[in-house]
Amino acid sequence: MGKQGLFAFALICWAMQSSPALSEGDPVAGQAAFRPCAACHMIGDGAINRVGPHLNGLMGRPVGGLSDYRYSDTLTEAGNEGELWTEDRLNRFLEDPKGYYRGTRMVFRGISDPDSRADLVAYILAEAGNYDSAATPTSTEDVPPEIAAILAIEGDYAYGEYLSSECTACHAAQSGGDIPSIVGLAPSTFVHSLMSYKIGQRDHQVMTMIANRLGDEEIAALAAYFTAVE
Amino acid sequence: MPLDRRQFLTSAAAVSATLAAPMIARAQTAPNVVVIGGGAGGATAARYIANGSQGAINVTLVEPTRSYYTCFFSNLYLGGFREIDSLGHSYGTLAAEYGINVAHDWAVDVDRQAKTVTLAGGASLSYDRLVLSPGIDFIEDSVPGWSLASQNAMPHAYKAGSQTELLKAQLANMREGGVFAMVAPPNPYRCPPGPYERVSMVAHMLKETNPTAKILIVDPKDKFSKQGLFEDGWQRHYSGMIERIGPDFGGANVAVDPSAMTVSIDGQVEQVDVCNVIPAMRAGRIAEIAGVTDGNWAPVSAYNLASRIDENVHVLGDAAAQGDMPKSGFSANSQAKVCANSIVADLAGGRAFPARFANTCWSLIDTNDGIKVGATYEATDEKIAKIDGFVSQVDEDAATREATYRESLGWYDAITEDMFGTA
Repeated sequence: MGKQGLFAFALICWAMQSSPALSEGDPVAGQAAFRPCAACHMIGDGAINRVGPHLNGLMGRPVGGLSDYRYSDTLTEAGNEGELWTEDRLNRFLEDPKGYYRGTRMVFRGISDPDSRADLVAYILAEAGNYDSAATPTSTEDVPPEIAAILAIEGDYAYGEYLSSECTACHAAQSGGDIPSIVGLAPSTFVHSLMSYKIGQRDHQVMTMIANRLGDEEIAALAAYFTAVE
Repeated sequence: MPLDRRQFLTSAAAVSATLAAPMIARAQTAPNVVVIGGGAGGATAARYIANGSQGAINVTLVEPTRSYYTCFFSNLYLGGFREIDSLGHSYGTLAAEYGINVAHDWAVDVDRQAKTVTLAGGASLSYDRLVLSPGIDFIEDSVPGWSLASQNAMPHAYKAGSQTELLKAQLANMREGGVFAMVAPPNPYRCPPGPYERVSMVAHMLKETNPTAKILIVDPKDKFSKQGLFEDGWQRHYSGMIERIGPDFGGANVAVDPSAMTVSIDGQVEQVDVCNVIPAMRAGRIAEIAGVTDGNWAPVSAYNLASRIDENVHVLGDAAAQGDMPKSGFSANSQAKVCANSIVADLAGGRAFPARFANTCWSLIDTNDGIKVGATYEATDEKIAKIDGFVSQVDEDAATREATYRESLGWYDAITEDMFGTA
């Protein structure tokens, strides 16, 4: 709790600082700008980790600070050094994600226009709210039964390795273009991501087609493989 | 890519469990796989066989060029969206990290009785399994007046590299208001949307540098891949610039005169300034030399891409007559993985898994206006059969089209990493 107390203290310090130039974004306009983010990040009621960590309570949260999400080494290290998500940091990160945190797995080329960026930051600020270390925004009770059923299967690693070759035609080890890297995700995140296409929560022509062909055994096998490789 | 320990242990255990031969004998008689052709099919197969067998199979990759230029994305070079260097890839990682013997030479003969491949340099390679992934060659006289000898006057640019650069230089130097003609190929051919993406990219280039230029497509086919999407895009971006003459107006009755720079369509002679002749295609010549073709292509089993003529020879990619998959780099890459799994299972005791295939072809119409078509496939006794598919829609918004284009950039990085083992 000592560590969390420190974060809470830092949060208060952060909250007391005013950020003069940044707070002029329009959260309504920012909602549209969030659309590409929503492919990987959930925010608001019921948000859980998917390909990217959920964003609830982002403001003041340590960078790389969700214990149930597997971050890149870069973000984990930043958090270990005491860096917190602030409006200013988020703004600078979103300008050039890979430039700001070299090594982040987030696939987003950034927003160079300061006004659009301010809108997006304003939206995230309004929706995400402040960090509360006592809150448990990720609820395991909410795992849908079809996902829990797959997580209960012991995945066949060798089969997963074979099946993975279908994924690696488009998913590079390091993310390229707008296609994310899918190695090293937590199993629940990996399974949820694939299932979200299969059950129609997310729609993408290629991914929906690919996911529709995968049975529970296949998804469990893929999860066993991809969550183990570095 | 470093092998992780778990992978290594798994396959080492599999190898020692299934190969009864003593250790020394096995080392001396490690089975040989020769792969001819270092493109999307061959490079992928070589990498997956070497990686999947963990050194239990000797893999030799025969590919004449040291720098391989991908045909996919070469149209984007014509349009000015890519540099030619960004399409070039070396075989260094396959040799250094995967232990593949890369022979930069031409395969000139295959003796299926002796199970040997002869290289132009004189070397003879023994194989237990031969993988042919030679891509395409052109059918002589399919466009009367054109031959390989005239490829400098009228480039095909359908094998990427110097031909692509030549076509781009000719387009860049075309007179103001000149005519670019494309003689499109009959089915089946490599990359079904390729000629039409090329027209789009040439139009993009000319719109900027030579806006009064015209594009004439002479096409023997009634219809073509993603036709509605391309025609909609041409209307929106290049209105009045592109004319296509299909078979109903003589598009199938075409001849060229490379020295006079004329194209004859149903007897009517047109003077043109740059002419891209994409002739009818057949399997790369080594497939015919090996005696595994039936007609223009090499028939294969859908289960493991083994030749229907010789089960010790596998044929991948464009050269194969496999069923429903289009002749694309993506398809060849997909087929290579199924083939590699089967070969590693047969020769090194790896586990065999059921064949499964997928393909997606992205095309670019204009800046940030990308479209795609894709499908999944399964193996049946008769052929590789389509299961499910999708295609971009005409009424998609600009954000979707941009996302599709950006996705294709990610795919390019991934598939070349999948082929060559490095980004």
